[in-house]
Amino acid sequence: MGFFIAQILTGLANASALFMVASGLSLIFGVTRIVNFAHGSFYMLGAYVGYSFMQVLPGAWGFWTSILLAGLVVGIIGIVVEMLVLRPVYKAPELFQLVATFGVILVVQDLTLLIWGADDFLGPRAPGLKGIIRIMGEPVPKYDLALIALTPFVAFALWWLITKTRTGILVRAATQDREMVGALGVNQAWLFTGVFFLGCALAGLGGAVQLPKGGADLLMDFNILSAIFVVVVIGGMGSLPGAYVAAVLISVLNVFGVNYLPQSTLALMFVVMVVVLIFRPFGLFGREEVAGEHGQVGEPERPIKPAGQTARMIVMAGLVLLAFLPLIGDSFLLVLITDIAIFCLFAASLHFLLGLGGLVSFGHAAYFGGGAYAAALLVTYAGTPMELALILAPLAAGLTAIIFGWVCLRLTGVYFAMLTLAFAQLLWSLVFQWGDFTGGDDGLVDIWPSEWASGTTTFYYLALVLCIGGIIILRHTAHAPFGYALRGARDSARQAEATGINTKHVQWVAFGFAGAMAGIAGGLFVFSKGSIFPNELEIARSFDALIVVFLGGVKTLAGGVVGGAALEGAKDYITRFEYWRLLLGLLIIFVVIVAPDGIAGTLRKWAEKIGLMKREDQA
Amino acid sequence: MKRMTFLKGLVGAAAIAAIGLPVVAQETIKIGEINHYKRMAAFAGPYKLGIEMALEEVNAAGGVLGKPMEFIFRDDQGKPGEAVKIAEELMTRDGAVMLTGTILSNVGLAISSLAAEKKYVYLASEPLADAITWSKGNDYTFRLRSSTYMQAAMLAEEAAKTDAIRYATIAPNYAYGKDAVAAFKKALTKLKPEVEFVAEQWPALFKIDAGAEAQALERAKPDAIYNVTFGGDLAKFVREGGTRGLFEGRNVYGLLSGEPEYMDPLGDEAPEGWVVTGYPWSEITEGPGKVFVDAYMAKYDDHPRIGSLVGYMTVQSIAAVLEKAGSTDSEAIRAAFADLPVSTPVGDITFRAQDHQATMGAYVGTIALKDGKGTLENWVYKDGADYTLSDEEVMKLRGSGN
Repeated sequence: MGFFIAQILTGLANASALFMVASGLSLIFGVTRIVNFAHGSFYMLGAYVGYSFMQVLPGAWGFWTSILLAGLVVGIIGIVVEMLVLRPVYKAPELFQLVATFGVILVVQDLTLLIWGADDFLGPRAPGLKGIIRIMGEPVPKYDLALIALTPFVAFALWWLITKTRTGILVRAATQDREMVGALGVNQAWLFTGVFFLGCALAGLGGAVQLPKGGADLLMDFNILSAIFVVVVIGGMGSLPGAYVAAVLISVLNVFGVNYLPQSTLALMFVVMVVVLIFRPFGLFGREEVAGEHGQVGEPERPIKPAGQTARMIVMAGLVLLAFLPLIGDSFLLVLITDIAIFCLFAASLHFLLGLGGLVSFGHAAYFGGGAYAAALLVTYAGTPMELALILAPLAAGLTAIIFGWVCLRLTGVYFAMLTLAFAQLLWSLVFQWGDFTGGDDGLVDIWPSEWASGTTTFYYLALVLCIGGIIILRHTAHAPFGYALRGARDSARQAEATGINTKHVQWVAFGFAGAMAGIAGGLFVFSKGSIFPNELEIARSFDALIVVFLGGVKTLAGGVVGGAALEGAKDYITRFEYWRLLLGLLIIFVVIVAPDGIAGTLRKWAEKIGLMKREDQA
Repeated sequence: MKRMTFLKGLVGAAAIAAIGLPVVAQETIKIGEINHYKRMAAFAGPYKLGIEMALEEVNAAGGVLGKPMEFIFRDDQGKPGEAVKIAEELMTRDGAVMLTGTILSNVGLAISSLAAEKKYVYLASEPLADAITWSKGNDYTFRLRSSTYMQAAMLAEEAAKTDAIRYATIAPNYAYGKDAVAAFKKALTKLKPEVEFVAEQWPALFKIDAGAEAQALERAKPDAIYNVTFGGDLAKFVREGGTRGLFEGRNVYGLLSGEPEYMDPLGDEAPEGWVVTGYPWSEITEGPGKVFVDAYMAKYDDHPRIGSLVGYMTVQSIAAVLEKAGSTDSEAIRAAFADLPVSTPVGDITFRAQDHQATMGAYVGTIALKDGKGTLENWVYKDGADYTLSDEEVMKLRGSGN
């Protein structure tokens, strides 16, 4: 019995920091609809800032003051980020802001390294709360009890702020319908800034309050990210009680998992999320999302049309250049272009889902990595030749996508996105954990192309043909009746249904199709690198694709390809510098601000302005 | 529409940017060094300093083969796929004669596979995975640092001397953790067949729930604990375990726990009494080890980490192999690695011909506090050659890899 209670207390103590960080994320999303990937960075900053204050402020008084100051400082940093980075892009297409927050992650990582150095810091212990108390014979750290006692106060203060104050009323109103709030004369900009301050301050508090249980290190931003997203989704986006219940649920389950199923540590959280979302599609306390905005944010989307005569000519010229590249470039240039082409196909397949289908998948790496693993496993265990493996890879990836899609498509919007992420993460943990079969973290190696394709030049042509072929097929599908049906389902599911389109079915097929295309890219990837590791299935990989699709332009057909080529090319160059993350982060933020329609979309607008291109309505 | 055009323009621009990079047109021997300088800054930083110090020394003494040696440092973001791309660039465009680097085992394995395919020589400096020289070993890959198995076997030897029977293990849930536990079990059971393993805990890497793990270990009531966690996980585990009295009256063995990279951040909370592998730089009072520590501290005004030592020895090994090969041809370098002797701060080491593993050993000692910082006492340097598998077993493992 004592053991059981000690377990629950440990879980509750762990829930404390998790709740603070997650509630901040939930608030920010609820009001601003920004999926703040940088929230983990604010948590990390909280830990570092709190640590620094604790070095100078003595005693128990200093300790708790440091925690409050950390929250305050991080909140102010949040304001700076909101005003400089996010304000300019509120009008951009939905979810575009997440690209900006991704840039913020990179910048914060390098700045933290610059300021505090590379060494980990062990958090100071809380003065006066260093020992343990025995509860029914089991040792329970005093600080754990302090955290358990503290969290309800934070939760209560938040609850009071949200339900009892005028600010809270405005925040709640904005959560439900921010346009209406704006129409009633509330200054939205300051409301958003305020909420951002509060959300970031909570993340900072969370980072500082966990110091005595851990410390500050440079990996903590990404390490907490998946956990807080899971908590927010299980609780229901925007719901504070939900965030609290979910934080406790996850933490307590995790403690029991560690004890009774020690191998479960990788997957447990995501299993819980999948189960909850299947039975409660909007989380435990969430409400059905009001059908998005009233119409789309920003200007209406233009209808797509096939490329014009000149464009075709220029594309042809580009293709010819690529075809003759082996004659002019050196062998590394071919390796680089192969990499870029593979990534472009991967990005284009996500763009197909996201841009045409309106289906925001946060777990697209599952199909890229899935295809790669399918090919690698076939080669390793069945001695399959490369040609067959490249055919089976998209089939396997497509099948995976069809299975995952069947479950995920029951949900919509952000919940759909999070469920795709959960499934990708489950696949990742399966591959990671099942070392005997998949090689686990040590991956599968020595998977090289067949003899005839093993030369750099031959493989370059092979990759080029398959990738450009794939991209053309994706593009062609957009113009086919299927593409029209898919866009119809995106723009107005009800109207599309009324015209006899089975929207769910169309989306399901699109999901499988995009998965298969990502699978081709994955298959090529494994043969170009000769090895495959679970990191190709990671969240970070999915984010890579997501970022380039937005960066390239969701609402332009070429968005995925343009973004992929631009970012991969830029990365190859920028990673040569010492502080490349800072540079890359700033570059991303810069592009986001000057090109809120994505690179392709914005260039098109500029071209129209200076008369290089005709506007469609005049054509 | 000019969208596709734009793509081509970008590809072209990227290509031109890549071609246009300045290449130092100097007669030097270039070595391609790939690492996770940002992702693992705390470990790669000291490693790079060690390399730079050794390079200065080598070049001051006239370089190798009559030319100065130069390292090209490249960051792979910790991604195996990136590392493979960079390796190609280093070898085909930058004119590197061989490759070295990496800390993460998966990146090391990826480069190793490329090395075998393209016939590039690769010296895996820091990755620990046994697979690199055993089950996935190949003709072109060599490793400097003692492998997971070797270090675990050293600790198992210490553990076998005590009368502890019930062991519990805690290791991060990924390849290195699993290898380290399997190796410890194998080596310990061989020395002392009656031991029992009563609990195995597998926290996710860098996401440990230390309180829960400590409770779970306590519940198994082991006589001894074998720890493989490191970095932030180790700090949390030490604190939660210490607070809850988990380590009282128990023998604890910690793989790598005594390395400055991991022990320094613990400050005065370094867990006294743990038997660990590490690097007692402050306690080395004589010989080439002392010379290295003094030179390093004089140059950088900071103490060396284990990474600094490995970086330094990497350059020494490469200089030695190039001198022995007498050329920068891959085949010559590869052949020269067989039974190559190198004089290093830890003593003389040899690159074994049978599995391409260097005999660099490890320091094993007991953690003690000195001036509020963790250090090792009663330490010994164990030669790696004594803690490997038999030649038959090695042959069997390597046979299946290629």
